[in-house]
Amino acid sequence: MTNTPEPETPDSVPTTTDGVDGTDPVLDAGTFTVIREPRSDARLPLGDGTWHQIAPQYVWVRLISTAIIIVLVVAAAVALTLFTRQVWTWIPAGIALVVLVWTLVITPRQARAYGYQLRRDDLVFRRGILWQRLVAVPYGRMQLVDITHGPLDRGFGIAQLKLVTAAATTGVTIPGLRQEAAERLRDTLVDVAETRRTGL
Amino acid sequence: MSDAPEAVPHSATTAVRSPLADGEWHRLHPLTPLFRGGIVLVIVAGVIISNLRDRIVEFFLPVVAPNLPDDIDFDQGNPIDFVFENNLVLTVLLGVLAVVLILIGIFYLSWRFHMFRITGDVVEVRSGVLFRSHRRAPLDRVQGVNLTRPMIARLFGMAKLEVVGAGLDANVKLEYLSTPRAEEVRADILRLASGRRLAAAKASADGRPGSRVAAAASIVSDGITGIIVGAEDPVAEPESVVPIPVGRLVASRLLSASTLWLLVLIAAIIVGSVIGTPWVLFGMIPALLGFGAYWVRSITRSLRYSIAPTPNGVRITFGLFTTVTEILPPGRVHAVEVSQSILWRPFGWWSIRVNRLSGRGPTDGQGDQFTSIMPVGTREDVERVLRLVLPSLPEAEWPAVFENGILGPQPDDPYTNTPRRARILRLLSWRRNGFLVGPDALFLRRGVVWRTLAIFPLARLQSVSIEQGPISRAMRLAAVRAHTILGPVSGQIGALDRDDALTLFDTVEANTIAAAARDRTHRWADAEGA
Repeated sequence: MTNTPEPETPDSVPTTTDGVDGTDPVLDAGTFTVIREPRSDARLPLGDGTWHQIAPQYVWVRLISTAIIIVLVVAAAVALTLFTRQVWTWIPAGIALVVLVWTLVITPRQARAYGYQLRRDDLVFRRGILWQRLVAVPYGRMQLVDITHGPLDRGFGIAQLKLVTAAATTGVTIPGLRQEAAERLRDTLVDVAETRRTGL
Repeated sequence: MSDAPEAVPHSATTAVRSPLADGEWHRLHPLTPLFRGGIVLVIVAGVIISNLRDRIVEFFLPVVAPNLPDDIDFDQGNPIDFVFENNLVLTVLLGVLAVVLILIGIFYLSWRFHMFRITGDVVEVRSGVLFRSHRRAPLDRVQGVNLTRPMIARLFGMAKLEVVGAGLDANVKLEYLSTPRAEEVRADILRLASGRRLAAAKASADGRPGSRVAAAASIVSDGITGIIVGAEDPVAEPESVVPIPVGRLVASRLLSASTLWLLVLIAAIIVGSVIGTPWVLFGMIPALLGFGAYWVRSITRSLRYSIAPTPNGVRITFGLFTTVTEILPPGRVHAVEVSQSILWRPFGWWSIRVNRLSGRGPTDGQGDQFTSIMPVGTREDVERVLRLVLPSLPEAEWPAVFENGILGPQPDDPYTNTPRRARILRLLSWRRNGFLVGPDALFLRRGVVWRTLAIFPLARLQSVSIEQGPISRAMRLAAVRAHTILGPVSGQIGALDRDDALTLFDTVEANTIAAAARDRTHRWADAEGA
């Protein structure tokens, strides 16, 4: 049969075995080292295990792309005001600018809140500080792993890895992985998903 | 498939067992093009010709009859008279004959190139003359098999079969087959998908007297009984069939939320006509017509509803004019929700919806009828249907469903509920809003006005998430969401104590992994045989 599920395999996950404390030389090279958390102790805790984090270049990519959008918004608003003498264009433009500048300010903090853990049978992904979100996806549920990188991402040598299950709401997208880390993670996930394959 | 050597040529009418599922290519019923739009094409051609007939005559006349006088008036007079006056009968008849022959040729070619094959692992359909298409559906991913019989096709004893695959627009359609053939093919597909082999299934096939008798009967009487009763095998245990009385169905549709909206709309229109101009009253007519059509449609669609167990899964039949019979193999239901609006509470009625893969795109309007598996039913009906849909739920967990879940909370409630400090977030339902995790299922109990209980078989759960926003954090709360395939049942439960939510998150994840490793339903009969 094409996909008879294997009986429970012994721990053959080829990940997180290299370092003594669960770190991995490829996944953890040149990344942030501490997960940023909310201050209140009613937060969702980090729990056990090693969190792998994303690369600091992600912050630059986000800052540059946000800055480009800010410039475009300002240019559009200025052009409209000059040519049509409609001062009210600054109301929507102002709202957009406030949101964008706020995004700019919190981007470095947000980037430090991303984290993923490769556990024995599942992948855990966390993100967000004000709005925390933690997702656990069993390896057997993965339908495909998707790596994308835009021109700016390529310039900084990072990529985005998206994990797709049969549920549209799973929403696991790990941004800002270094190219080697993304490829390593993809290969690992595909390997592990193959041995733990289950039905839909 | 090499283990069906006794497969007879498919022209034999005395269908031995499964002549269509022998791993060879077969064609569909010869009348297929007629039902698949042939009639429409003929009508369209007729309309076009009648509209353009003057132009056509003007254009072709010099070609076929070059020595006619030039001063013929094409704009008036009957073309038939014209034909007779000018001795063109033979030419015109030949032309018509040629067109008909070409059409028949096209239909014949499209029929001839449209073939299907059922092997041990896949169902395949090949079609198209110029643009070939080839579609394969792996049998261990079959999500269900639908047998649809539209009114006109039903008069001719035809049916279309749809093999539901996992994915959007992933269905393999076999349209049309004669009804007995379609039933055979369906049985074969389910048997192959179940992991049993055709040879092993011979004994069980012999045990079904209905199809044998039906096959032996003449086509005419077969068609008539088919039109009347719906041509389905009787069920082994008739008491397990859940019927819906027509009166209850009609009443339940009248007592739905859309009726409330209609009443609000009528009130608004009356108020408007009193305050403003009475012309507003005319706005009521389209509204009433629209709602009338909606009611009639939703009622006729659910009429003659029945749900019954078969060895290959749950069989759901519904529809008055277009009957649909679908078979849902075990383990194809990703979430179940029992719900009751406040309007239904005095009568004790409930409805059941499921999340399942129907293989249809999101734009397909028919999606709804495949997710609502029980339009309305009493408590006994609900329990019966739930037992059919969730056969793997252990007996010990059943009290959690009705006593505590659907009707609850009762004294000494097993559910973990919203803490008292968070009742501001769930003003009415905070006593009911809660969850329970078993080894095989997750129960989410929500709502007071609109009471619902959602059950998630953990073997089907895709992933689970926990979320916390600033307000929740200030109140030490969190929300958990179980992710399943797209459907009407939501897996979100909010306003839980943070520690309860974390426990829920961990337990659900651990139990999901364990349940998925135990799960064998993709070849459901293999596990039973082994």
